[in-house]
Amino acid sequence: MTLGPPKSFRNGQAVPGAAIPTVAPRAFRDLVIAACASGARVCALYALPSGGEVTLHVLLAHDDVGRLSMLATRTRAGGSFPSMASALPSTQAMERAVFEDHGVLPEGHPWLKPLRRHPALQAGSGTEPGGPQGPADARRPEHPFFRVEGAGVHEVAVGPVHAGVIEPGHFRFQCSGETVHTLEIHLGYQHRGALARLVAARPAHRTAIAESLVGDGAISHGLAYGVVAEALGGVAVPERALALRQVALELERISDHVGDFGALCNDVGYLPAASWCPRLRGDIQNALGLLTGHRFGRGFLVPGGLIAPVGDDVLAELARVLATFGREFTQVVSLALDAPSVLSRFEGTGVVSQAVARDLGLLGVAARASGCDLDARRDHPLPGCRPLPSAPSVQATGDVLARARVRVAETTRSLERIQAQLAAMPDGPVRAPVGPWAGDAVAVGLVEGSRGQVTHVGITDANGGLAAYHVFDPSLLNWPGLAMALRGQQISDFPLCNKSFDLSYAGHDL
Amino acid sequence: MRDVFLHLALLVLGPLTLLGLVGRVKAVAARRVGAPLLQPWHDVWKLLRKGAVYSTTTTPLFVAGPIVALACTALAALMVPLAGVQAPLAFPGDIFVFAGLLALARFATMLSALDTGSAFEGMGASREAAFAAMAEPALFLVLMIATLPGGTPSFSTAFNELSGTGGLVRDPVLLLAALAFGAFLLTDLSRIPIDDPNTHLELTMIHEVMILDHSGPDLAFLHIGYAMRLFVLSAIGVHLLVPVPPDAPLAALAVLLAGQAGIAGFIGGIESVTARLRLTRVAQFLIGASVVAAIGVLVLHLGGRA
Repeated sequence: MTLGPPKSFRNGQAVPGAAIPTVAPRAFRDLVIAACASGARVCALYALPSGGEVTLHVLLAHDDVGRLSMLATRTRAGGSFPSMASALPSTQAMERAVFEDHGVLPEGHPWLKPLRRHPALQAGSGTEPGGPQGPADARRPEHPFFRVEGAGVHEVAVGPVHAGVIEPGHFRFQCSGETVHTLEIHLGYQHRGALARLVAARPAHRTAIAESLVGDGAISHGLAYGVVAEALGGVAVPERALALRQVALELERISDHVGDFGALCNDVGYLPAASWCPRLRGDIQNALGLLTGHRFGRGFLVPGGLIAPVGDDVLAELARVLATFGREFTQVVSLALDAPSVLSRFEGTGVVSQAVARDLGLLGVAARASGCDLDARRDHPLPGCRPLPSAPSVQATGDVLARARVRVAETTRSLERIQAQLAAMPDGPVRAPVGPWAGDAVAVGLVEGSRGQVTHVGITDANGGLAAYHVFDPSLLNWPGLAMALRGQQISDFPLCNKSFDLSYAGHDL
Repeated sequence: MRDVFLHLALLVLGPLTLLGLVGRVKAVAARRVGAPLLQPWHDVWKLLRKGAVYSTTTTPLFVAGPIVALACTALAALMVPLAGVQAPLAFPGDIFVFAGLLALARFATMLSALDTGSAFEGMGASREAAFAAMAEPALFLVLMIATLPGGTPSFSTAFNELSGTGGLVRDPVLLLAALAFGAFLLTDLSRIPIDDPNTHLELTMIHEVMILDHSGPDLAFLHIGYAMRLFVLSAIGVHLLVPVPPDAPLAALAVLLAGQAGIAGFIGGIESVTARLRLTRVAQFLIGASVVAAIGVLVLHLGGRA
């Protein structure tokens, strides 16, 4: 059995479930590890229970050839499968999710801790299956945090309630004085059962649920769902809709990056950029609001295209806003990145080496700042779209400065991309009807969101109804990157490192 | 007697207004509308009318902290000449008592922070203690530069002497003192580049994290004590740089207020154009300040003026 091109497919294609090669659990593990040794990446690993059996699917991305491939294995319900997390740390969170959601044990998993829910809660009489498991139980066992012992070592616990208005997450530091030995990040407080809700929802409501998976990723997640639905429904999206979707996606990226750049400056107390960037972000969000009717871009996308046509006057106004934005953004970046006081804070802080980034399977900004040449826009373009023409912005140093520079370079790149799209905007309809979904099929949608590659996988039953839906936000893979970045750092630099990754809690917890 | 009343009136009216002025400078620099000049007054008034919340882990030490801190700062404030060169409390050696009272105020705040048993507050207290210890030599060296020519370690004598020399223009050594004092001021008041008074990030805070658990009147006392510290230290800065005319009370008042406004501009200006230092770099910054002041002392000594 090989995993070469014959069994492979492209982003936004549906494949019959029966076509996915199924192997024994041991071979499953070995084949995935072998594929990753020769350059593939694990994008998704999930379980599908049916009767007394559980099927495991893995989705591999072969970036060099722009193809995807899948592999399956079966085990009995409540059974186990050999864990690959020791060899492929990027799969550790996905294996934990499989264990947590379906009770299938990844044998030999080195870090089998609760990912989202607490075991005591799972056993209790839950509410709806797969949904949130009710209020916190006072009897629940303590999370088994990793502990460093010895003279002078102390623990600092931060969260889930923070001093700022941010999402909940718990951070446990093992420190000697100001130096952090390890950081363990415990999330799951935002688990909403969003995927179960998406599967149960009426088809017309699913885009809205996908858009709400990550607050500032409405376009990328909405688009990924659209790609899956269009693959299953077999529709060719009109050109104008394709172009406008990309404009919205890049606007979302600019908005997030500019906001993050300002927040980085705010965290080091650099007032000029900290005051300027939020205003610039507001301009971009207003532009997104002009284009989509919502400042975060919700309610714009539907499977098959866009919900409503966009007039040329809107596009002209958009071009005008972006021209002003481009000038001001260049100014604020040169102001901040030329300030020695800012550079001395950014440089050498929170370093993630390329080897660690590759092992953990980091995505997006975090990966590119550590020298990993990844970008789904180039490697796995959306169906009907041209790939990103040149290499993504890659930095070598892996520190906060590198992540800031990647954000700046991507913002500039996105601006150019939008302006090119606006200059050559095709005419025509913006929506095509989506046919009935293919039965017993699996469809994959990969979208490069502002944090990295968003992976959506939809699985249909025999009648073409949605049987299961799995989402892998880049945050799931990137959170351990933040933990690694903190090793040996000053604890006072944690907020800065955290902001430089800018990960989503909701996207992790789903 | 009139001088004492003027001193007390300045101490009551000045501090919170000066704090508001720093905020105004930052708002204008960032082109924000910003809070009004008298915002600190509104904040303190609001806090004084509120109740306080006490965690069950705290002891009476937690309540005593803000009161001791405010009392110490207020007492210390009586030893520094404001408008004019004579302070209500002046005696040989008052500079040592002054520094000791400020240190005691800080110690009380740190104890009440540690009393909460919170990891954050402990971290903040440890940082505060480390940086205060490193900043103190700079303060004493600066005070030496100011008091050596007068021969008596007292603010009133020293400032009287300084007002006769013509200040910075005639004595460039004072420039060294002012540089070192500026660094001390920013450290003591927990401003950028040492600390960020505006941050919401509990792990990076120093001063702010120590007062996280205080509420209501306790927090108001801490705010007033902080503003008073700002007012008094900036008054010392003004006296170091500008000769205050000893016999013209109105002119002296004008010089003081203009000088303090200038120092508020300096603090707000620094905060508007520079980022905060990495915590590990703060030691270098403070040792640098002490070295500058030490050079000043040496120059004075070798110049035969002390």
